[in-house]
Amino acid sequence: MTTDLTDLTITQARDKLRAGDISAVQLTQAHLDRIHALDPQIRAFLTITDEKALDAAAQADQRRQQGDDAPLLGIPLAIKDVLITKGVPTTCGSHILEGFVPPYTGTAVQKLFDAGAVMLGKTNTDEFAMGSSTENSGYFTTHNPWDLDRVPGGSSGGSAAAVAAGMALGALGTDTGGSVRQPAALCGISAIKPSYGRVSRYGLIAFASSLDQIGTFGRTVEDVALLLGTIAGHDPRDSTSMPLPVPDYSAALTGDIRGLRIGVPKEYFIGGLQPEIERAVRAAIEQMAAGGAEVCEISLPHTEYALPVYYLIAPSEASANLARFDGVRYGPRHSQGEMWPTYKATRGQGFGHEVKRRIMLGTYALSAGYYDAYYLKAQKVRTLIKQDFEQAFEKVDVILSPTTPTTAFKIGEKADDPLQMYLSDVFTLSASLAGIVGAVVPCGYDDDGLPIGLQVIGPAFDEPTVLRAAHAYQQATDWHTRRPPL
Amino acid sequence: MTAYEAVIGMEVHAELQTASKMFCSCAVVDSTSAAPNQHVCPVCLGMPGVLPVINQQAVEFGLRVGLALNCEIPEFSQFARKSYFYPDLPKGYQISQYEFPLAVRGWLEIDLPDGSTKRIGIRRAHLEEDTGKLTHVDGHSLVDLNRAGVPLLEIVTEADIHSAEEAEAYARKLRAILRYLEVNSGDMSKGVLRMEPNISVRPVGASELRTRTEVKNLNSIRVVARASAYEIERQIKVYESGGTVQQATLGWDENRQSVVVQRLKESAEDYRYFPEPDLPIVIIPRDQIEAIRAALPELPDAKRDRFITAFGLSHYDAAVLVAEQAVAYYFEAAVQAGGDPKQIANYIIGDVFRQMNNESRDREEIGAIKLTPKALADLVTLVQKGTINHGVAKKLMDTLYTDGGDPARLVEERGLAQVSDESVLAAAVIAVLDAQPGEVARYLAGEDKVVKFLMGLVMKAMRGKGDAQMVQRLLTEQLEARRTN
Ligand SMILES: [Zn+2]
Repeated sequence: MTTDLTDLTITQARDKLRAGDISAVQLTQAHLDRIHALDPQIRAFLTITDEKALDAAAQADQRRQQGDDAPLLGIPLAIKDVLITKGVPTTCGSHILEGFVPPYTGTAVQKLFDAGAVMLGKTNTDEFAMGSSTENSGYFTTHNPWDLDRVPGGSSGGSAAAVAAGMALGALGTDTGGSVRQPAALCGISAIKPSYGRVSRYGLIAFASSLDQIGTFGRTVEDVALLLGTIAGHDPRDSTSMPLPVPDYSAALTGDIRGLRIGVPKEYFIGGLQPEIERAVRAAIEQMAAGGAEVCEISLPHTEYALPVYYLIAPSEASANLARFDGVRYGPRHSQGEMWPTYKATRGQGFGHEVKRRIMLGTYALSAGYYDAYYLKAQKVRTLIKQDFEQAFEKVDVILSPTTPTTAFKIGEKADDPLQMYLSDVFTLSASLAGIVGAVVPCGYDDDGLPIGLQVIGPAFDEPTVLRAAHAYQQATDWHTRRPPL
Repeated sequence: MTAYEAVIGMEVHAELQTASKMFCSCAVVDSTSAAPNQHVCPVCLGMPGVLPVINQQAVEFGLRVGLALNCEIPEFSQFARKSYFYPDLPKGYQISQYEFPLAVRGWLEIDLPDGSTKRIGIRRAHLEEDTGKLTHVDGHSLVDLNRAGVPLLEIVTEADIHSAEEAEAYARKLRAILRYLEVNSGDMSKGVLRMEPNISVRPVGASELRTRTEVKNLNSIRVVARASAYEIERQIKVYESGGTVQQATLGWDENRQSVVVQRLKESAEDYRYFPEPDLPIVIIPRDQIEAIRAALPELPDAKRDRFITAFGLSHYDAAVLVAEQAVAYYFEAAVQAGGDPKQIANYIIGDVFRQMNNESRDREEIGAIKLTPKALADLVTLVQKGTINHGVAKKLMDTLYTDGGDPARLVEERGLAQVSDESVLAAAVIAVLDAQPGEVARYLAGEDKVVKFLMGLVMKAMRGKGDAQMVQRLLTEQLEARRTN
């Protein structure tokens, strides 16, 4: 019985809760049990909040008894440890925030709580979301539920692995250059990175402010849409969140894609792309065409510049964003008596290698004499990348592409080669730079049985069309119903 | 010997005394008296995950100043991050404006001691957030972040200031304008207004710009003048003795009345400015700018000119009255209450300021003295009508200043009304002359000045209330009458 409860989708669980077949406490306990059984191997969670989760579940049951039917009432979820949660340690996977317990809760998480969701714990991440495997976590590496020797992707690898392993019904992650989409693909689940400005960033510990966006994970597109609808919307605390109404994303899932214009960017099918991925993605495109969509080849000519542009803009912003971690007000302080030595020791010992690498990269790119050649030029090319998409979306409604060049790689395989690691986000960076929508749905498995993700890209604030396309594909396939062999 | 001229640019940081801070809803408080770290929140503490939100009132305050300083307001302005590490800077960067400031290319007309005026160019005025404050105790540093995030307007002049006198005049005028605009209390001792002259000197006629120093921690306008004068002299002496001036940040040592080196600048600091990605560009619609311009209060120069033309005041008197907003308002209230403007101006600049000086009260506190504008107006009118004489009025002034009250009632209660009854005054004059035969004789011998002495005796006999003009006439008449005897 218990295993059944962790194998549900959010909508299925909600129906059972509504019908009174199960209680939120039962549902939550089942997930906590599974976490305690599986997480010692998977290591998706940095913090497990058993007591708080059961309290919240009991409250949810009480609310339901009083007639409340909030959309996520009693639904157990996992939250990436980059998102601020009042009273619960929030570390960003970094030792520099070891023991930090925030005094407030971020907007997106608060919206989940208001909708009745139950937080099971905080999930592992590459330190400050800088990475594609969780190997950069200051604490430990998360394992891919499909093959424990492999990475779950990153940086939101903890959240993706938790959902894939049935340790949470859904999860929040953050995506700066692919950190939601890449782990969703590698873990065989569905996810969306909404448009920049769709979800408030208040309470998201900033990595790259002009790119960061909170995204949602689920076993189905339906769940992903439900979670997104809950957290989306303007927030007066985030001046970059758009004052636009939130459409009914669930209502957009009509299953009908007749006449939908699909673009296939030739620049995304290049050397280095794992053959099984190309086959699976091309098959998915044919499947959509069979469903009535019109497919055409398009060009996004500046795609090749996305990687260098991203690795100038993101580290530049990060170099300033991470300056506040100085041990003066919170986090461990490695006191050396004097001010400068204390700064150096605190930051030197608190940050890991990859974070330091990016801080140095960004500091360099912003320095006098280099700013124009690096940061400013990168911003100009970013505009060209954005224009590529604008032109493409004059002809097509969505763009389909692979999410990653390879399926999940072995732990340690790329850990010493940052450039190889950076390349695993090569297909997701452009949509981040353009601030547009990118969703992922499972679209097959490679010869080793590892999941492959299809990326569905759409124009800014057209989440409904992206979700409709992804959902229609999912309705026509059963990839998402497979479970890892645990 | 070479003649030198100073080249000074002034950098001013004015806190905008809005209800809340620049990017959060914490209150702006007096950080010299508030209990430390009580007016803080996750945003101004630089907690992880927080985001700034622009305080629209601060933008409006900044625009008021920009417009009052005759600046152009560009189509848009943009916030930028200025990065450096210091414990009073919670985020490790200050949100400021860099490439696109709020206001540019303005000017301010200053009044010089010789009565001339001069325009000082304003290069730019931009918005930013204040830092916290450090206190050093027993080898430790304590951080108070009440002030962190308070809105600041940085106002930068062109290098148009060429003497300590001009620096002082600029400081006075700018401070007055900020107070008129009700955006800043002008209290330099509390650090809400900070003025930092950048000083270099060069031979008169040269166009080169030599190495400059920056003088900080000047806690009053007088100190701005004194420190500027000191630094100008110091640099001239350095060049005269064949030395070179080193680029440095200097401070003013009040005890030694001299500048001290705080920090030598070996290379330009790199703040790695870049546009603040957490905030949108600030675009202020033209009609809103014009609405702010239309709502600006009458500023000191306009007020001074109006006082001259409408009330016939001298340029000097008018300038003195408008230099402090509170004084100008006090004067206007008294005129409104029906007193003669010139007489009111005389009383304020003379008696009222003297009384306030005696008490070491700043002129800006004039609104709080017990002598109300209405009472001053009434007093002036009593003199004008001849109800009391000037001498009584001056004594009454002292009473009203110390205790307040209604002049007309005091005159009645104390029987201070002027005596203009000729028979009464003549009797008093005759009595004095009869008692002073020696003085009378000296007068008759040609010593005119004894009249003044005799006058004093008569007024004393009249307990100060005699109509002075009438007493003088009667005294002369009676003295002349005795010549024929
Ligand atoms: Zn605050």
